[in-house]
Amino acid sequence: MKLKIEFGGGLELLFLNQRTHLIVIPSTVPQGDKNGQPGQPVDINFLVHWLKDNLLKERPELFIENGTVRPGILVLVNDTDWELEGEGGYQLKEDDEIVFISTLHGG
Amino acid sequence: MAPKSCALCQNAKAILRRPKTGQQICKDCFFRVFETEVHNTITEAQLFKPGDRVAIGASGGKDSTVLAYVMKTLNERYQYGLSLFLLSIDEGITGYRDNSLETVKRNQQQYDMPLKILSYDELYGWTMDRVVSTIGKKNNCTFCGVFRRQALDRGAASLCVDHIVTGHNADDIAETVLMNIMRGDIARLGRCTAICTQGEDTIRRSKPFKYAYEKEIVMYAYFKKLDYFSTECIYSPDAYRGHARAFLKDLEAARPSAIIDIIHSGEAFEVKDEVRATQKTQQTCKRCGYMSSNDLCKACSLLEGLERGMSTAAISDKGRRKLEAEGPAPNNLRTIPYFRPPTTVTIEVPAASQ
Repeated sequence: MKLKIEFGGGLELLFLNQRTHLIVIPSTVPQGDKNGQPGQPVDINFLVHWLKDNLLKERPELFIENGTVRPGILVLVNDTDWELEGEGGYQLKEDDEIVFISTLHGG
Repeated sequence: MAPKSCALCQNAKAILRRPKTGQQICKDCFFRVFETEVHNTITEAQLFKPGDRVAIGASGGKDSTVLAYVMKTLNERYQYGLSLFLLSIDEGITGYRDNSLETVKRNQQQYDMPLKILSYDELYGWTMDRVVSTIGKKNNCTFCGVFRRQALDRGAASLCVDHIVTGHNADDIAETVLMNIMRGDIARLGRCTAICTQGEDTIRRSKPFKYAYEKEIVMYAYFKKLDYFSTECIYSPDAYRGHARAFLKDLEAARPSAIIDIIHSGEAFEVKDEVRATQKTQQTCKRCGYMSSNDLCKACSLLEGLERGMSTAAISDKGRRKLEAEGPAPNNLRTIPYFRPPTTVTIEVPAASQ
């Protein structure tokens, strides 16, 4: 499944200093993958682990904490606050745009 | 999940859950309530009067960028009658502040506001790069904080403004409340929730975003596509604040009202007169004329330490005594130009013309 991922608020620094990434991930959790029930459709929690394993270059503790994004990181699903979409349990669809923005940098 | 409609207009698709209220609202209602709440904060605290010259402390980061945009918007919408300026302090941190100042320069164009940049190098003769290469990464935030506070006042004085507004948001204030409790700094605890502070001869400073959640500021910047800079300072961050911040974010995740609740707790503390009395009385610095609680202001003290090669000595009272024991300051010592607060022109309006 194709997804568009965007990082902002300084998070892009952990991901090759690149804001936008077009990625392809499995549409169901692969056999033997510990980040979900194998065979189930993938959700944002799966994506967060996938990003950590495949795209994140440094300091994973600034992105992921207790199995989900670190508190203080805002997540938008197709430009809507993920809190309205079921947060980590949101089931991803083809061509979804997921934005991660850190709020933790000075202003 | 079916898209939810906005709790306010019942019409458009909700795009955000407000941390303060839990309401799910659409983009247009979000812009409106965010701006209106800042307007209410400003009017209830009577922060400005028509004709005021107001400097926005601008770092290029999210808070001050949103503040500049919202101040411009409200000033036009509600006819505050303010002259707005951008005021930036260049600490001299290569790879950090130089980049963020580029953002402020773009903001100057985008918002059509005059910009004043004052550098530590110009004012103190030291950049933070040079301070850190001299003293290392321990205590450098002390230097930077003391220098910035005074630089903002001096920059504001040179613009002849009546007022400085800063982008401190609700999360910042809640963090400061927690830090003051954890440090037992009760005198500061009593002051840190004030929306507006003013000493006798200092320029008023206030925080129009006192009740604005960081989440909403970042969402506002995102949906308005505002141009801001976000990188951590390359020198060691304030570790203590970092812990308070992480703790607060954990609390917020469990209960979003935690931030506003902590501010209310801070406001409700009543500081006993005995505690308040331990604060030293304010005077002016004998060397540079800036407000001070000792003969020398903190910036002059720190600068003298740097100039005399005893940089860390000036951080504590004990260190200061050691420095004084070394003899008086040499005559050719680099000092800060004498501070003259802006001459406030009070125009008495004759009764007849009112």
